[in-house]
This record gives sequence, structure tokens and C-alpha cells, in this order.
Amino acid sequence: MTDEPLLRVSALSKFYGSRVGCENVTFDLWPGEVLAVVGESGSGKTTLLNCLSTRLLPSSGTASYRMRDGQFRELYRMSEAERRFLMRTDWGFVHQNPADGLRMTVSAGANVGERLMAVGDRHYGKIRATAVDWLSRVEIDEDRIDDEPRAFSGGMRQRLQIARNLVTGPRLVFMDEPTGGLDVSVQARLLDLLRGLVTDLGLAAIVVTHDLAVARLLSQRMMVMKDGRVVESGLTDRVLDDPRAPYTQLLVSSILQV
Amino acid sequence: MTDIATYNFAYLDEQTKRMIRRAILKGIAIPGYQVPFASREMPMPYGWGTGGVQVTASIIGPDDVLKVIDQGADDTTNAVSIRAFFKKVANVAVTTETAKASIIQTRHRIPEHPLSAGQILVYQVPIPEPLRFLEPRETETRKMHALEEYGLMHVKLYEDIAKHGRIATTYAYPVKVEGRYVMDPSPTPKFDNPKMHRSPALQLFGAGREKRIYAVPPFTDVVSLDFEDHPFEVQTFDQPCALCAAENVYLDEVILDDHGGHMFVCSDTDHCEKRRADGHRGHLAPETSETHSTPEKLEPAQ
Repeated sequence: MTDEPLLRVSALSKFYGSRVGCENVTFDLWPGEVLAVVGESGSGKTTLLNCLSTRLLPSSGTASYRMRDGQFRELYRMSEAERRFLMRTDWGFVHQNPADGLRMTVSAGANVGERLMAVGDRHYGKIRATAVDWLSRVEIDEDRIDDEPRAFSGGMRQRLQIARNLVTGPRLVFMDEPTGGLDVSVQARLLDLLRGLVTDLGLAAIVVTHDLAVARLLSQRMMVMKDGRVVESGLTDRVLDDPRAPYTQLLVSSILQV
Repeated sequence: MTDIATYNFAYLDEQTKRMIRRAILKGIAIPGYQVPFASREMPMPYGWGTGGVQVTASIIGPDDVLKVIDQGADDTTNAVSIRAFFKKVANVAVTTETAKASIIQTRHRIPEHPLSAGQILVYQVPIPEPLRFLEPRETETRKMHALEEYGLMHVKLYEDIAKHGRIATTYAYPVKVEGRYVMDPSPTPKFDNPKMHRSPALQLFGAGREKRIYAVPPFTDVVSLDFEDHPFEVQTFDQPCALCAAENVYLDEVILDDHGGHMFVCSDTDHCEKRRADGHRGHLAPETSETHSTPEKLEPAQ
């Protein structure tokens, strides 16, 4: 393992007028590490994720990312062209609603192949072979490659979205409630798949979720947010088994026991 | 001259023409880039060539010779009307002969006769944005052009191959101009795309409803997009023109009766007439006829 982090975030804040989106968030993310951001609705998780993925510009603070050449670049000082290039090569973004992350009117194969074509791949046969490979890795049958995602179930769409994001071999993936809206058995398979892919590919990931079970399964480290601030952070098992902040204790004790 | 006294020369006022010329100059300076311009109301409906007419009006001079074609034909409503319009408001000479024209306004074809330096081809464009049906947001498509993000264009071609086994786009086939901007060549058949590449003539594109002008200067690279293993290719026809026996030209299918009878004839009427005058005869050509049997096409542009 390398001794340098992949992403360094320092005192990041985002205000919507006088309202706080997220405030004074500082952390490092290491290569291959999965960080879960948990908290209730409106706690600033998604604002933080959108700032980190440069979909939103923060009000203050910095975030620097270690590029493939080993140099740290400050995200908010990069040109839009560089940021968008980063977004479609070295990063992935998995939306809660697959329709936001997929092109619903083009086939599954083209959805997976789009990033390859965006970085200059111009060989149909190779693009298609890569698409077939990735569909099988996310457990979608090869004979569905020419179907539009509209014809897919919710779980399949989410898996397709993951394949579409991972096809360029990103090093960092942002996930916003990746299992939201799926029924539990589908959730379980998706989590299993994600865990396998993250380990196999050595991905670093920032997963926003309100589901503590998802955080437990996927992440090594977690941050608990409330009202835009980080109230507790640490190793996932430690935070969940021995919560210190009163809010975390409330959150952990609110899990329904079946 | 009395009947044009009530119009400014070429219908548009001088300030408007200057504004359009500035847009054209900018378009020529940045080949393939869509320049916004303040499109005017013209005395014809959108979709009938308001963009092309405004471009022609602002570049035409008293000494110009104008030819207007509509899907290759000089004798269809759109072509006849626009020709009559400029004859009236600019009092210019008009022709149907490609070689004699200094300005050719066209809807959806490039003439078969090779263009020469000094000629200007003005295209009527319904939808200038090649990415429109893939990305509906104009803000986003302009950003994609600015950042040269053209992966999406290949997604469309990929879909064609996945669905039809080959690139099934036959008209408005996207091209890359001078290695930079991806451009919609207007709904010309892709058969005409190779004629745009390094053409000695200046090519101007006007979209009136969408308020965009773009240009391809003479001797500019115009390359049709494709895949390495599915290269760009043009349509081919099994038989020559039924009237003039021309091969390697773009043909229209003409229905002859309601029993399935049909024939294929040149879409470029001037080219076809020239060849017949030179003694070429197709298998359905009448022995001593001067008329061209292409029926009038009355449908408006898209």
C-alpha cells in the first residue's frame, strides 16, 4: 500500500444562503478504503458528496486528489474540462435513482460503452466485448445487452449503473444510497456484488447511506453527520458497537430488531 | 426596377445583413462552430428555408447568379419560390446550371457536378445540433462542444450497429470538421458527405428557426465519424438512372403506377438533363422528350 492518501479534504463547508449544507468537514481517504457517511435526512450527507464529486462548489475549504501521476491537484481549482475528464475516467458516481445515472433510451451495451467511447475507443468489436464482460461481472445476462434499461428491473438497473461507472477502471467511486428503494433480497445481492468488486479492484469509495447495515457491510470507516457537522468518525465496527456521541447512540439504538 | 423599389436590395435591411455577415465570418473563422444570430421573420414559414434565405440575402450581390435546389431538383415548389423571391427582391440572374451559379442555395443535396473555387453553397438547416436527440439540454450540448466531449455521438453509431448490424444513419450523418467540431451536415444523404471534404467551394449553413449559422471554409477537412471495424460507407445503387443511365449518382425512387411499378432517377435534375442533352439514354427514357418526370415534392422541410 502507498503511504499517501487518495483524497485530502480540509475544512469543507457549503452554505445555502444562511443555511448550513455541511460545515467544516475534514478527512483523508486512502486508496482501497471505503468510507461510509451516515446520518438522517437533511444532515448534509448528499451536499458533502456533491461537493466532493465537484457537482457542487463548496463555499469554503479545500479538497485535493492524488492524480494517477502521483501529484495532488486541488479539485476546485481545476478547469471544468479537467474535472469532467476526471469524472468520466478516474471517478464513478452511482446515483440512488439509476435513471439519473443511465441513459434510459440507449441499450445496456451502449450505456457501458459510453465512457470507453468518450475516452477515444473507436473499435466496435472491442467496446462490445468489454461491455459483455462487464455485464457478466454484474450478473446481467449477455442476451440483455441490446435491451434498453427501461426494460430492466430496479436491481438490474442499479447493477448496470455500477458496470457503466467501473468500465474505465476508476480509483474512486461516489455512491449515493446505492441500495435505496430496493427490496431486501435484491439489496443483499447488490451489497455482495459491490463488496466483491471493491475488494477485487482495490477501489476507494465514499458511500452515503442512512442504512447502518449497509455501512457495516461495505465500509471500513464511517462518519456520522448531524445538522451539517460530523459528530463522530472512526472505524465502522467501533462506531457501531461503541458509539460515543449521543446522536450516534440514538441512531444505533433506533435500528429495528427483527 | 420599379417593382423592387419598395424593398431594400435582397429584402433584408442593411443592418440585419451586416449582423448576419458578422455571424458568417465568425463561422468561417471557427469551422463547424454554431454561431448564434438574430434570425429574422421571413415571408415564409419556418422549415421552408428561412435560415438559408437569410444567409443568401446577406451575401448576394447584383452580379451574382443564383441556383436553388430542393432535394436536388430545380423545379420543385420550394426551389421555384425562393428563386422567384430573389429574382424579385434582388433582381439577380438565376440559373439551373450548377457550373454557372455563383451561389447555390440547397435543401438536402449537394449537386453532382463538382463545385469550383469561388462558388458558395448555402444549406437550409432544420436542426443544427448533431447531439440534439442524444442530449436535449442546449446548455449541456454547448458545453460538450466547448470541451470536445463527443463520446455520445459514437453512442448513437454504436446503437445503430447493435440494432441493425451496420451504421444505419443514412442522412444528417455526423462529421468532424478540421479535427475539432462535430457538425450536422443538414439532412443531406450521407452519399454527399465525401463531397464536403476539402471542397473548393465555401459552404454556409443557416438554421432560421434555431437561429444558428455555421460554415465550412474551402479546402477544409470534413470527416464522417465511424468505427475502426465499421468504417463509413455511402449508399450504392443496383441500377443506373432510368432516364440518363448515370452511375455513382444519388437516385430517387419514383412510383409509376399503383401496381408496384417504379424507377430510379437522378435526384439532381440539372445533372440528369445535361446528360440526356449529351445523348445519354436510360432504359426508361422517352425517345424525344424534354420533360423531366420527377414529380413535384410538396412536403416542407422537417
